Amino acid sequence: MRRYFYSLILVLILCCSHAVLAQTPTTSSPPPTISNADNAWMLTSAALVLMMTGPGLALFYGGLVRKKNVLATMMQSFAMMAIISVLWPILNYSLAFGEGTSFIGGLHHVFLHGVGLDPDPDYAATIPLQTFMIYQLMFAIITPALVTGAFAERMKFSGMALFLTLWSIVVYSPMAHMVWGKGGLLNASLGGRFPCLDFAGGTVVHITSGVSALVCALYLGKRVGYPKEPMPPHSVVLSFIGACLLWVGWFGFNAGSALSSGGLATSAFVNTHFGAAAAALSWALAEWIRNGKPSALGAISGAVAGLVAITPAAGFVQPLSAIVIGLVAGAFCYFMVIKVKAWFGYDDSLDAFGVHGAGGTIGAILTGVFASSLINPIFKNPKTGAVLPSGAIQGNWHQVGNQLMGVAIAWVISIVGTYILLKLVDVTIGLRVPPDDEVEGLDLTQHGEEGYDFAS
Amino acid sequence: MQKIEAVIQPSKLDAVKDALVEIGIEGMTILEARGHGRQKGHTEFYRGREYTVDLLPKIKLEIVVDDELAERAIQAIVSSARTGKIGDGKIFKSKIDDAIRIRNDERGPSAL
Repeated sequence: MRRYFYSLILVLILCCSHAVLAQTPTTSSPPPTISNADNAWMLTSAALVLMMTGPGLALFYGGLVRKKNVLATMMQSFAMMAIISVLWPILNYSLAFGEGTSFIGGLHHVFLHGVGLDPDPDYAATIPLQTFMIYQLMFAIITPALVTGAFAERMKFSGMALFLTLWSIVVYSPMAHMVWGKGGLLNASLGGRFPCLDFAGGTVVHITSGVSALVCALYLGKRVGYPKEPMPPHSVVLSFIGACLLWVGWFGFNAGSALSSGGLATSAFVNTHFGAAAAALSWALAEWIRNGKPSALGAISGAVAGLVAITPAAGFVQPLSAIVIGLVAGAFCYFMVIKVKAWFGYDDSLDAFGVHGAGGTIGAILTGVFASSLINPIFKNPKTGAVLPSGAIQGNWHQVGNQLMGVAIAWVISIVGTYILLKLVDVTIGLRVPPDDEVEGLDLTQHGEEGYDFAS
Repeated sequence: MQKIEAVIQPSKLDAVKDALVEIGIEGMTILEARGHGRQKGHTEFYRGREYTVDLLPKIKLEIVVDDELAERAIQAIVSSARTGKIGDGKIFKSKIDDAIRIRNDERGPSAL
């Protein structure tokens, strides 16, 4: 087994070297269309989105698990930072953003062939294509990292690594292509057959990760001792820090999706913030009413739910609509996590489905309701160039139908792709750790480490 | 020599330490403990799940004293740790066979 692994590494190095030597030199002086302001903002946004995974999500998830699993949980996010970052330039960027069919891109850009410092006007005319590529990479990293929330505290590291690597190819890349890639079936900007408004990834990132998470939770089964044994978070403090890093980082996620640093980025930035705040309030209020006390964990969970829901809408809606979307998302996700999860009894350990799957779905639908051409004139008459109504509040109820199409495709590709891959990994290297290892804790059994050693 | 173990509320530690120092006892071991007697716990909520926490934080104090000092030590602890409410804690007294100073092998009451 190890010999095949080493051979694979050797082949990868040889391929990359060949690609490096075969690259044509890119122009050193930028063509006049590049905007330094746009590039500066986009590089900053890419950094912010990476921060969302590490340490944002790592801390958020890490604090929610039991002490014996804290490192293993954080390591899952970090593993995505490492693995996806290598896989993206080699293959996945081409599958997502290369030209191909309406469902998946081709192999033209493998090993970053043709991805240099010149812009690609179809995607972003004022920044180098490599900036676009590296920005999109950060999305490709966080999406599988979100899925890890479903199988926390019981997944083998090797099984997780293989499963999510394959998942990024089979589920994420096609979905990204359909919504954002050239010729994509759902691409609203580039003439897709079912133009789905998804500004920063409500369907591509949150529905895929959330629904896949649900499939994982159902397939893997419950943790040993769940639901009888108490498994409270070992550190809401860590989760709090993580959630705040997510909120701030999300400005890069949403406002960066404007792919420019002008007014559209401002709209997305403002909407993002309002959505987060409103949802934090509605979740906290729901808790206050139900339990008599608003909890810190509830408030931060609400904020995350709001950020999820505003993600598809950020660059399409007016600020007050963002507040409404946030208020709805906070309450809706609270209901999903508190009530629906209990009804069905699945062990979605960190509520990846309840927050991301549900929040992404409601956000995508509400985007169709609240999208306004005053913020983003995305639909134009092809002959006259006149601006057309975007969403239902402007009379275009048809758009809600398009949103539902995007939502449905996201759900289907997630369910089918995830189930097949789980089965594949399960019968080859296995998914779950043995029950004794699960009880002892993943930090020790999977990684030979302890998260905290205050006695030393 | 007598060993006195006292389980007290964490908020009373400073008062108890001061009271013991006042009667000439300066050596003590403090442990962070969890437990309960008849005191009820509390409920915590995380993402809608209710958790009953009945292992409450306590401080355990251990001192070994001369036989003559034992009863005064107990009184000092009781008067400084008492609030009159359930949860004040308990004191246990037991006989110690020997005490040894590690630094110089001294044994018996002079090692205390």
